[in-house]
Amino acid sequence: MNARHPMQALSDYISAGSPASASNKRSGTSRRRFLQAAPLTGLVLYVGIPGIGVAADEPKKYGGEGMPQGLRDSPKIFVSIAPDGMVSIVVNRSEMGQGVRTSIPKIVADELEADWKRVRVVQAPGDEARYGNQDTDGSRSTRHWFDPMRRCGASARVMLEQAAAARWKVPLDSVQARNHEVVHTPSGRKLGYGALALAAAKLEVPVPAAVKLKDPSQFRYIGKVDTFLTDGQAIATGKTWFGIDTRLPGMLYAVIARPPVLGGKLKTFDATEALKVPGVVKVFAMEGTPPPSEFQPIGGVVVVGKDTWAAIKGRSLLKIDWDDGAHASYNSIAFRSELEAAVLKPGGKEVRNEGDTYAALANAAKKIEANYYVPHFAHASMECPAATARIVNGACEIWACTQSPQAAHDRVAKRLDLAADKVTVNVTLLGGGFGRKSKADFVVEAALVSKEMGGQPVKLTWTREDDLHHDYFHTVCAQHLEAGLDANGKVTAWLHRTAEPTILSIFAPDPKALAPFELGLGLSGMPYAIPNIRIENPEATAHARIGWLRSVNNIQHAFAAQSFIAEIAQAQGKDHRDFLIELLGPDRLIDPTKISDSWNHGESPERYPINVGRLRKVIERVTQEAQWGRKMGTGQGLGLAAHYSFVTYVAAVVEVSVDPKGDIVIPRIDVAVDCGPTVNPDRVRSQIEGACVMGLSQAVVSEITFKNGRVEQDNFHQFEVVRMNLAPRKIVVHIMPSAYDVPLGGVGEPGVPVVAPALMNAIAAATGKRIRQLPLRAQLGSAI
Amino acid sequence: MTTLTVNGKATNVTAPDDTPLLWVLRDHVGLTGTKFGCGMALCGACTVHLEGSPVRSCQTPLSAAAGKKITTIEGVGATQAGKAVQVAWLKIGVPQCGYCQSGQIMSATALLQANPKPSDADIDQAMSGNICRCGTYTRIRTAIKSAAGMGDAS
Repeated sequence: MNARHPMQALSDYISAGSPASASNKRSGTSRRRFLQAAPLTGLVLYVGIPGIGVAADEPKKYGGEGMPQGLRDSPKIFVSIAPDGMVSIVVNRSEMGQGVRTSIPKIVADELEADWKRVRVVQAPGDEARYGNQDTDGSRSTRHWFDPMRRCGASARVMLEQAAAARWKVPLDSVQARNHEVVHTPSGRKLGYGALALAAAKLEVPVPAAVKLKDPSQFRYIGKVDTFLTDGQAIATGKTWFGIDTRLPGMLYAVIARPPVLGGKLKTFDATEALKVPGVVKVFAMEGTPPPSEFQPIGGVVVVGKDTWAAIKGRSLLKIDWDDGAHASYNSIAFRSELEAAVLKPGGKEVRNEGDTYAALANAAKKIEANYYVPHFAHASMECPAATARIVNGACEIWACTQSPQAAHDRVAKRLDLAADKVTVNVTLLGGGFGRKSKADFVVEAALVSKEMGGQPVKLTWTREDDLHHDYFHTVCAQHLEAGLDANGKVTAWLHRTAEPTILSIFAPDPKALAPFELGLGLSGMPYAIPNIRIENPEATAHARIGWLRSVNNIQHAFAAQSFIAEIAQAQGKDHRDFLIELLGPDRLIDPTKISDSWNHGESPERYPINVGRLRKVIERVTQEAQWGRKMGTGQGLGLAAHYSFVTYVAAVVEVSVDPKGDIVIPRIDVAVDCGPTVNPDRVRSQIEGACVMGLSQAVVSEITFKNGRVEQDNFHQFEVVRMNLAPRKIVVHIMPSAYDVPLGGVGEPGVPVVAPALMNAIAAATGKRIRQLPLRAQLGSAI
Repeated sequence: MTTLTVNGKATNVTAPDDTPLLWVLRDHVGLTGTKFGCGMALCGACTVHLEGSPVRSCQTPLSAAAGKKITTIEGVGATQAGKAVQVAWLKIGVPQCGYCQSGQIMSATALLQANPKPSDADIDQAMSGNICRCGTYTRIRTAIKSAAGMGDAS
């Protein structure tokens, strides 16, 4: 056996003796606090779903304050200093590649004047009453936590200074914290943080007025360029701890055969052959929650084995008879026709209406129209969902790659009928998340299997087939756009009709219209200066679990709108860049709520208006960097797209080269991003680089289809994603400079939506062929 | 009982012969650095070296690995190329979530061991079996060139 004790690595992430420790030496402190501070209410069950469960008479809160359990900034929660000076900083958000375990500690360490070499990172378990909101999605972690984490670090710094001043009996203003020690400026006396830690910890957290934040010119880590990653060394040497890596003494391994059709149920199963597999321990049925199943498991047949392979092999030998139910007729080809017919008919929910669009279209000198289609996508994070659970003395402890440990905690407690303080959810690293892992179904499954096994530790693994068949899929969408032009080619009318199954369908029976938090993703807040604008949302029914996938509805909305604007320019022989900037109109601030976006990403419309000038500037910057207008060879083209999402402004230019067989190569993508000030510019770049690749997968190769209610793609040979050979040879990210008094924008998601339209605009420029459905695949085949 | 030599150390395991090396390493030997991504040799997350050659451990039965030298991500740093790749990975800041990076590093190391100065086409050929959903490909390419002493410019 491996000499390294399996839990040793986990404790690298989770501080020894904390509630997250696997050593069972738990103080239970945080759970007592949890009980005192946050009795469970119905509201908690709707964590992360904007606009649900908020009483109408409550004053509206925005940003991080508006999230369930809000923000925290006390160093007593997030910072501890050992006598040897080692500073431990708790990260309350989940790491899934965005670099949050580096960037949040950087913020705290900077204001604390800590030496980064003497900082360690501790992962918080799910406990929002203590740590504030932990739901790591919506491109919100740095955006919401920058200010409170600055205050946290600065408060700790002041407490250390107060402790030193008291020790030396000198005025507070004569001491200063600098690089892990406090200096008495007149005498040059110094005390290290370790020597001051105990006295500082006994002090009250100073009132905000007594805490002066650094002037940004004094930042030593925030905004500085480096490639340092908290978990980089562990990743490069294979010593990380992901959800699938948990190992406990006496642990069993499980996989589940789930109903292949939404709402399907188990009729009968025969486990005779499965039980003959060496190492298979038990096979049993798990009851699911019927639709709308929210984040709860959908049931199935569980196979438990002594290793993962025994469970997988046993499952393959099960004979199962499913009752497929009402969604067995779901067929992607027929459903596409249904959606496309729906968007060709005037009507549906009126999302936005300015002027008289239908009259303006009827009177237009020229009318242009186009239809666009975007299929379902799967998240397909490289680590499939995985969780390990055990139940000891009626308390369930879980280790999981979850984006939302509190949401997982609450669902486990509900399904297992346990008191809140009897459930602990520890957060491992996530091998990708992209929104999938904020759903707790796999975590609850692990807990249910452990319960069935008498509380024995069980690791539940999802195979790739499970992941693709039972995702919370990106929705499927048909869109119809019309533009009316006057005699001078000016756009006078804009009609945008979209039909797409809503995410609300996992929470409520058969909703058919998009929610504000979906309309607000690149549809209703369309910022172009057009006098007549009408946006309509015809009905659509969900026949699969629909969920948030990185950038969510922005993907299809930006694809359609940004392709269509290029089409309008092209139809008039105008330069796309110039036309796009003209269509934006004059620099101005738009209150999103005045143009039918009541949601505004949960942010204050005063603090976060749509700034048209910032959108214009990213377009100008990216086209300049990409040398827009340069002469291109045969089969080569540049394509542009710009989009505002997650309160960040992005524009991209894709360079494409199409060969005579219709195969494409992407030599270069330029992206300009204005996300306000940055904490970790290298991770902003890496997020945008990754967004380019994910956007390309959607644009070029990825698609999930259903036949007889079942997903047709089993693994990566059918659900294709971009690999090295199709990856852009070069991605250049241009971060717009920004002062630190500008509110932060999101970073993880806003890079995705521009990629598909920019690529299709490039292909149109290169070949004259307009691609209006994703993915591209062989659509160029015979056209070149 | 089957004897495996993993990272230079002899290890005895008891598992059926058809058990993929991936699960033997992860569940029996306790080396979880080698990752499961697809189970069909489609994604490369499970790449290890068998007698110095990269193989997908999810499609390598225990019987095929018995008695052979196996190198995993936990041991590859002991080789010159493996160490150079790991150093380059951190210098260039390749990893995002990090999950696929064990396999990427194993494939990149095998490439450089066989071909110390790979061209872009060589890199495409050797690395296209490894999927990264975070999309770190451009940095992987840069890091391979850096490890090969070919500069950091892409």
